[in-house]
Amino acid sequence: MTNQWRDLKNADAFLVCGANPAENHPASMSHINKARDARGAKLIVVDPRFTRSASTADIYAPIRSGSDIAFWGGLMNYILENNLYHEEYVVNYTNASFLIDEGFQGAADLDGYFSGFDPETQSYDQDTWAYQQDTEGNILRDETLQDPNCVFQLLKKHYERYTVDMVEKVCGMPKDNFLEVAQAFAATGAPEKTGTILYAMGQTQHTVGTQNVRCMAMVQLLLGNTGRPGGGVNALRGESNVQGSTDMALLFHIIPAYMNTPNAAKHSDLAEYLEKETPTGGYWVNKPKFLISLLKAWWGDKATQSNDFRYDFLPKISGGINTYAWISMFHAINDGTVKGMWILGQNPAVGGPNARFERKALEKLDWMVVQEIAPTATTDFWRAPDVDPTSIQTEVFLLPAADAMEKEGTIVTSGRLIQYRPKVAEPPGEAQGDIEIMDLIYQELRRLYEAEGGALPEAVLELNWSHGADFDSICREINGYWTKDVTDEEGNAVGTEGEMVANFTKLTDDGSTACGNWIYSGYWVPANDGDGNMVTACKRRGQKDPGGLGMNPYWGFSWPVNRRIIYNRCSADSSGKPWSEDKALIWWDEEEGKWTGYDVPDFSGTKGPGDAGFNDPYIMQPEGKGRLFAARNEGPFPEHYEPLESPVANLLSSVQFNPVVKQWDVDRGQDVGDNVGTSDQFPIVCSTYRVCEHWQAGGMSVWLPWLAEAQPEPFLEMSVELAQEKGVSNGDRVVVSSARGEVEVVAIVTPRVKPFTLDGKTVHQVGMPWHFSWQGLARGATANFLTPHVGDGNTMIPEYKAFLVDVRKAV
Amino acid sequence: MANAMLIDESRCMGCRGCQVACKQWNDNPAELTENWGSYENPPELSGITWTKVKFTEKVEGDQVKWLFLTQGCMHCTEASCEAVCPTGAIQHHGQYVLVDQDWCIGCGYCVAACPFDAIHSVFETEAGGEQKATAKKCTFCVDRTSNGLLPACVKTCPSGALSWGDRSDMIATGKDRVAALQAGGYARANLYGEDQLGGLHRLYVLADEPSAYGLPEAPRHATSNVAGQWLSGILTAGIVAAVPFWLVFKRQRAEEAQGGGAER
Repeated sequence: MTNQWRDLKNADAFLVCGANPAENHPASMSHINKARDARGAKLIVVDPRFTRSASTADIYAPIRSGSDIAFWGGLMNYILENNLYHEEYVVNYTNASFLIDEGFQGAADLDGYFSGFDPETQSYDQDTWAYQQDTEGNILRDETLQDPNCVFQLLKKHYERYTVDMVEKVCGMPKDNFLEVAQAFAATGAPEKTGTILYAMGQTQHTVGTQNVRCMAMVQLLLGNTGRPGGGVNALRGESNVQGSTDMALLFHIIPAYMNTPNAAKHSDLAEYLEKETPTGGYWVNKPKFLISLLKAWWGDKATQSNDFRYDFLPKISGGINTYAWISMFHAINDGTVKGMWILGQNPAVGGPNARFERKALEKLDWMVVQEIAPTATTDFWRAPDVDPTSIQTEVFLLPAADAMEKEGTIVTSGRLIQYRPKVAEPPGEAQGDIEIMDLIYQELRRLYEAEGGALPEAVLELNWSHGADFDSICREINGYWTKDVTDEEGNAVGTEGEMVANFTKLTDDGSTACGNWIYSGYWVPANDGDGNMVTACKRRGQKDPGGLGMNPYWGFSWPVNRRIIYNRCSADSSGKPWSEDKALIWWDEEEGKWTGYDVPDFSGTKGPGDAGFNDPYIMQPEGKGRLFAARNEGPFPEHYEPLESPVANLLSSVQFNPVVKQWDVDRGQDVGDNVGTSDQFPIVCSTYRVCEHWQAGGMSVWLPWLAEAQPEPFLEMSVELAQEKGVSNGDRVVVSSARGEVEVVAIVTPRVKPFTLDGKTVHQVGMPWHFSWQGLARGATANFLTPHVGDGNTMIPEYKAFLVDVRKAV
Repeated sequence: MANAMLIDESRCMGCRGCQVACKQWNDNPAELTENWGSYENPPELSGITWTKVKFTEKVEGDQVKWLFLTQGCMHCTEASCEAVCPTGAIQHHGQYVLVDQDWCIGCGYCVAACPFDAIHSVFETEAGGEQKATAKKCTFCVDRTSNGLLPACVKTCPSGALSWGDRSDMIATGKDRVAALQAGGYARANLYGEDQLGGLHRLYVLADEPSAYGLPEAPRHATSNVAGQWLSGILTAGIVAAVPFWLVFKRQRAEEAQGGGAER
């Protein structure tokens, strides 16, 4: 989230697309309803099904799964054609006025491609996607937005093709319905209004997931909604602490706090890493301080200037998403490259795409360690109903883990709010917290390396790990501390060895500070709780809310530096005044000569009108502007491509499928393999989703009797029309089949699902929840038996949300 | 001054937090269910399911509505269950209609009499192996509300659909909300429960007519009918009444033998 849950109450409109807050984030509805009660805010829900969120919405619009960019493109075209964009914001705060290389050509010119595509490597040479610069390196701009090569004109040209008729034909969203949505949300382009976009996996789990998210950011930039109360691009994150996991580098491509993982080919030593990874402008110029402080945290006194702060001990990657992302990893297991796997709180046998393929891959492992709180289809994959345990050689170790309530910790919400949580119960039996488990493993590894040596034992032996399972000690390291006494030029003490740094502005690149995660810096130091008590920042529970906007700065700690709305410089106009009084968040105080207000300014506090960069609010970008034009693997503007499996041809170009996405074809044609279906065999669009009553792959919910009672088994939601065609009655058992497999579930035949009319053709859509397996009290078929092994062109997140199936009545 | 629960069904999103919170606070076990072509489960209220959400789909032209009704005891002022109870186990006190479990003989008349199907018999095996049936239903979490806490369902409701407070305040709030809904295009919006059966203590803001949610437009008080049948039952088969009384005495003897009531 760029904003906060509690900030939702400030919105004038909510556009929910690819999310289902009523079912999957029910607590959000209290904030949404506050805005509806207090300011008549409109709740718009765009979804293939009429969900529980749709039931409470002011406007519902159906959309075919996998056609989001056509919808967003149509919305942008509507905003641009009708001059509904927030002009002052667009001119000053975005790169709309920037001139792009004259060699650039877009999808409108090149039938779905952008300039620079190489079909051999399935990738783009992005040289023509650069800004034009003068001889001194200044970016050329046209603030009248008229130059045919400025981003604004290129954007207009790109989305001209996304007409209202095109939206109807591609998305199946009736024209009037689309216009009702567009009108309601585009009204937030008025300077005094703001609207928020709420999204979740319905946007990201596509082969164009990254570009779907880009679309939302672009709409919000055009309407001037980002960085302002009641605005923003807000990901409703799928697990309570997945934001924290991401911050801590859950994914392969980053190390903690969003720095790229060193690549063996590109970053041979620290100097090369810092040179290539540190931009020349924007806040990331501080990256060397953050990286070196991280190395100091990990290798302590052993990390010195003379040994590159032990940069050489950092593991290096040698590829990208096609080597390390989830799907790639399972192919590496399948082909024997990866021989062992350690799984913490993951359940690939239920949650993985093409789950039959992934279950079969698990059988090829030499060993598997699982840290889990309950039996899942992964912990026990070797004894699944269709598996003969005697045929499986994998050695499986189950480490019983404590539940979140059974250990001390912090949880980071979607709104980047870090909240401390004490342990409230003892874990059962031999279960232990993850920190305890990892510490025991570390101690044993250390003992073995000491006794037996091995490859690069120093990386472990020199590791700065003396925390044991001391939670406070670990948090101090994450927060950051001084590694020695430091004084300024006049001899005044700046930092004292062993004491925590106040925040990341204190971090240095000379080894005098250590910090495990720079964006969290400040979260573990004492801070005012609003009533004058000094309390560890993320443990604060002060309820004061200066300004009444729900910023609640004394509750917990929101990274970075307790900032509640990021890019909040945008909440004030180009002279530093709030766009409207009721949404005044921060503003320039002329008398004091500084920024002030109800949130921590996301800006230099003393940079005033007339100063260079006063209107460059996007401080993490070198150019300081929100990017309407931004290079991603498949292009600088999102372009509609159909999902891997689609019932229709792409009406916008002859490029059917995202051209940069890798497709595997392992064991294609076999019963279990990378099989791809076609619409003649599998004519129905299917999507997977979650229900309110269960949680992800089920480990935490399917064993709970009250939840099993409420939602006892998986089901298929289908339209009355499709049911008639297939001779299915409500409550019948049906078989759902795809190119990957088939499952039998109960049918919910409902008027809440409607067939789509796409350019005159009737296309049916169905959907299934994916929580279930043979394990648990609530159990049944695993929806991911049906999903394809293919992912997004930038992240490789699997395309769970749009694939093809057929349905028949079970006999 | 009686309290009441106000349920704004236009704000209910069917998450069923209330349903699970009710089971949790009241320590009621789960029922074994299967999907019957609906999100709704268990299919009916029962002696171990005191609150549940009923899901109704309604098609009007090309528009579909998904209506949710948080079901449970209405705590009627003119409570049929109270009227037909032969032992006086069911009593109406202020906002509560409560079943005194010690006095309930499990005859089931209240079950038949309730116009909302909100009270049900539970058969339990007591310590000592004796079978006992009693009637159970929503108590408005009397153990919480009589100690200044909110009912468990209200406490947990994430959308703000459920509230609890002075009945006249709840009626005023409900009427304001109905007016807002009507102004917003919900012509059939109404407040249910203000006058029915002498006034219910579970009040609903409905966005559509009561029958769309499966609520009776004019619920009837069952006193004369069911009580009459009961009296004629005594005349024609005295044993019908005698057996339950015998059970009561037998249970009391058993309790005395154990040194007072069993810990619940």
